[in-house]
Amino acid sequence: MSTATAEHHDHDDHGPAKGWTRWLYTTNHKDIGTLYLLFALVMFFIGGGMALIIRAELFQPGLQLVDPLFFNSMTTMHALVMIFGVVMPAFVGLANWMIPMMIGGPDMALPRLNNWSFWIMPFAFLLLLSTLFMEGGGPAGGWTLYAPLSLQGGDSFAFVIFSIHFMGISSVMGSINIVATIFNMRAPGMTLMKMPLFVWTWLITAYLLIAVIPVLAGAVTMLLTDRYFGTSFFSAAGGGDPVMYQHIFWFFGHPEVYILILPAFGIISSIIPTFARKPLFGYASMVYATASIAFLSFIVWAHHMFTVGMPLAGEMFFMFATMMISVPTGVKVFNWIATMWRGSMTFETPMLFAVGFLVMFTIGGLSGLMLAITPADIQYHDTYFVVAHFHYVLVPGAIYSIMAATYYWMPKWTGNMYDEKWGKIHFWVSTIFLNVLFFPMHFVGLAGMPRRIPDYSLQFADWNAVATIGAFGFGFSQLIFVYVVLKCMRGGEKATTEVWEGAEGLEWTVPSPAPYHTFEKPPVIN
Amino acid sequence: MRSPINLAVSWVAAMSAVVVSQTAGAAVSDINMPVGVTPLSQEVYGLHMLIFWICCVIGAAVFAVMFYSMFKHRKSKGAVAADFHESTTVEIIWTAVPLIILVAMAIPAAKTLIAMEDTSNAEVTVKVTGYQWKWHYEYLDSGINFFSTLDAEHNRARQVGSGVDLTQFDHYLKEVDNPLVVPVGKKIRFLHTSADVIHSWWVPDLAVKKDAIPGFINENWALIEKPGIYRGKCTELCGRDHGFMPVVVKAVPEEEYLAWVAENAPAPVLAATDSTATATAATAAVEEDADREWAQDELMAKGETVYNQVCAACHQANGQGLPGAFPAIAGSAIATGPQDAHIDVIYSGVQGSAMASFAGQLSDVDMAAVITYQRNAFGNTVGDTVQPSQIKALR
Repeated sequence: MSTATAEHHDHDDHGPAKGWTRWLYTTNHKDIGTLYLLFALVMFFIGGGMALIIRAELFQPGLQLVDPLFFNSMTTMHALVMIFGVVMPAFVGLANWMIPMMIGGPDMALPRLNNWSFWIMPFAFLLLLSTLFMEGGGPAGGWTLYAPLSLQGGDSFAFVIFSIHFMGISSVMGSINIVATIFNMRAPGMTLMKMPLFVWTWLITAYLLIAVIPVLAGAVTMLLTDRYFGTSFFSAAGGGDPVMYQHIFWFFGHPEVYILILPAFGIISSIIPTFARKPLFGYASMVYATASIAFLSFIVWAHHMFTVGMPLAGEMFFMFATMMISVPTGVKVFNWIATMWRGSMTFETPMLFAVGFLVMFTIGGLSGLMLAITPADIQYHDTYFVVAHFHYVLVPGAIYSIMAATYYWMPKWTGNMYDEKWGKIHFWVSTIFLNVLFFPMHFVGLAGMPRRIPDYSLQFADWNAVATIGAFGFGFSQLIFVYVVLKCMRGGEKATTEVWEGAEGLEWTVPSPAPYHTFEKPPVIN
Repeated sequence: MRSPINLAVSWVAAMSAVVVSQTAGAAVSDINMPVGVTPLSQEVYGLHMLIFWICCVIGAAVFAVMFYSMFKHRKSKGAVAADFHESTTVEIIWTAVPLIILVAMAIPAAKTLIAMEDTSNAEVTVKVTGYQWKWHYEYLDSGINFFSTLDAEHNRARQVGSGVDLTQFDHYLKEVDNPLVVPVGKKIRFLHTSADVIHSWWVPDLAVKKDAIPGFINENWALIEKPGIYRGKCTELCGRDHGFMPVVVKAVPEEEYLAWVAENAPAPVLAATDSTATATAATAAVEEDADREWAQDELMAKGETVYNQVCAACHQANGQGLPGAFPAIAGSAIATGPQDAHIDVIYSGVQGSAMASFAGQLSDVDMAAVITYQRNAFGNTVGDTVQPSQIKALR
């Protein structure tokens, strides 16, 4: 069989397959990383469109545009899409691209599983989004799917639960792959305490995911059987307890919050040293702080539930445990500032986004400390103050870190420098509108505006109008991001191998663009 | 003896109130938490302002160092990077200092929390039951009970594209037909539960917010120091009209409250030892109404009012429902089928759906009227009437 032997050449230099099947069948970590990132970008605009429907209705008091039920379904879907469809896939995409290159491994440990993890996602979200077009509309009981309200909707509910199971399977497989990669694919000499922080934070995140996604799966399955198979897990009439759902949900939900932010910590810990031209301050304490946050994330869940009528001792415990989280989080912020201190800083777009992250994530962290104070939380709970808080940690937190990472590593991915001028414009326009959008939410929340309402009292009118202007500004300024990314993919000034003057790490030792296969022979690490 | 920390809390609260009220005038109520009218709400406000200022100071310090560094340590200014990357001393300091601040903050917070949870020795007890989408109040001492729903004018104005000028309302979406009336200067205990999904009863000025959970009873309390009308909202997403179930509390001096109780109590309160006896006596007048034969016109007129107050939220004012979520009344098999089945749906509700049992919510007359209305409106032409006596027979 001469042809067979002829085709069986050395794999060192072969590139991607031709045609669209390249993307369907690919087991290459870079291809799959790209797929995840593009998927997240598309979902970002879908979830953002939903947010704009919400903000458009809230522009003025009175109901002008949508039925309250559809409004509820928009708030529910916006959250599900942004959390499961944007932030998580984007982080997995970054992990796919960067972890093998950062640890000097040739690919992910389980490439075929990797392909499957990704390709489940589009189907999960098709299923979820299709519920909007079913009779009775999409889920409208909030993304937390609290029983008994979530059991009231139309039959699209079964599809929502099925799609959550899909997303969960994808996340767990992705996480297993990341853990397996980090433990098995490191180049000789790449000890655990030499790994870049992005790898560390993802390792811890992957463990969090493996621990809590099955809990979510259990919770939603119990909803399913309550709804369709006559069980009474969450119905007092049958001996169950609606609050038990909340406990189970938030046992997943709080670690989930850290799943959405720990990889961001890793990204920021990569970017700030590069542009300060100075090594990361307190590497070891950063690793320990990440691990502490992950541990604490399992014992604070009921701070989402201070009004459900817990025993006093429970409220005390969860208040103190929640306050404790600010210690390791503070350590991280201080370490980043100490990294900047007496550095030699420049402010290219990735650094701008990282600094934006640092400032606004700190604002979100401080309002989080306020929320930890239980007696005050009883006033803040379920108001726009909470909405302001978690958007400050998720948008300029998680989303900004993803954008920072994109600008930072895009030259390595594409081989071209992005357009610096438009990158900076993107940062400034986004940052201004983002604060116009979210900062007034603190005010209306404190003044008494509950969340998840389609219409409000006249006293909240001015700030809601301001927030809506901010929302449209922020939403449309993301088109600049798309423009910069597309332009960079198509060409531009050629990037050097090192790309950034102060960059350290194995990913900056391979050519730009990174070849289809990297580190097939492990690099030497000193 | 007040501890130094408690003094600090009250001092910060007082100073903040002064600073804020002088600088921003009336507008402050639009951007900050209300001080409120109970000792607890004032303590909570104090904690809120204390932690707020702590956060401001920490934030200012962190940002000051950061921005100083960003302006001073730039490459364009010729800064050369230092090479330090750890210092055990500073790391211990910035772990320990926040810990100390947290402990100092946790002590007054825990004290307030303990006070909030102490519902003992209440002088008035009100049971608050959440319904989709209204509140039911029951005074356990006097037996007074009633529903409290969004004011009809407001309800009309909030329909999609109503075109009503909202500025005519002083308290848009915060006005109800029957407010909760309570005395000032008395410890009032609230018992919270729900008849359907989870709701949450919140009045910012009283610093009370508690979830109403079906099958369980939660409690909290308030001691209102100042007569007035205090407004709040449901704060737990409870379905389509979650935004439209306000809470209005009218706090009045004790004499006025006693007069109100005397006027509205189902029977002489002092004599009432048996609550069922009270209830029976109270409904005597209503029963008379329920026993007589009603004409179709009468039932239709009353039914339309009830329909718009109670049913239209889901089944829509035109009876078309929302496909998939809330079935249509127009042309429905139930509303045009046998009377018994129709009555049963309204009387007992439909298990596992948003359709609640209205046996406890509507009087015999209201129920008979609304069923008659549904059978003869929106193009339904059954032509029969349902009499209040038929409903009464079910009870």
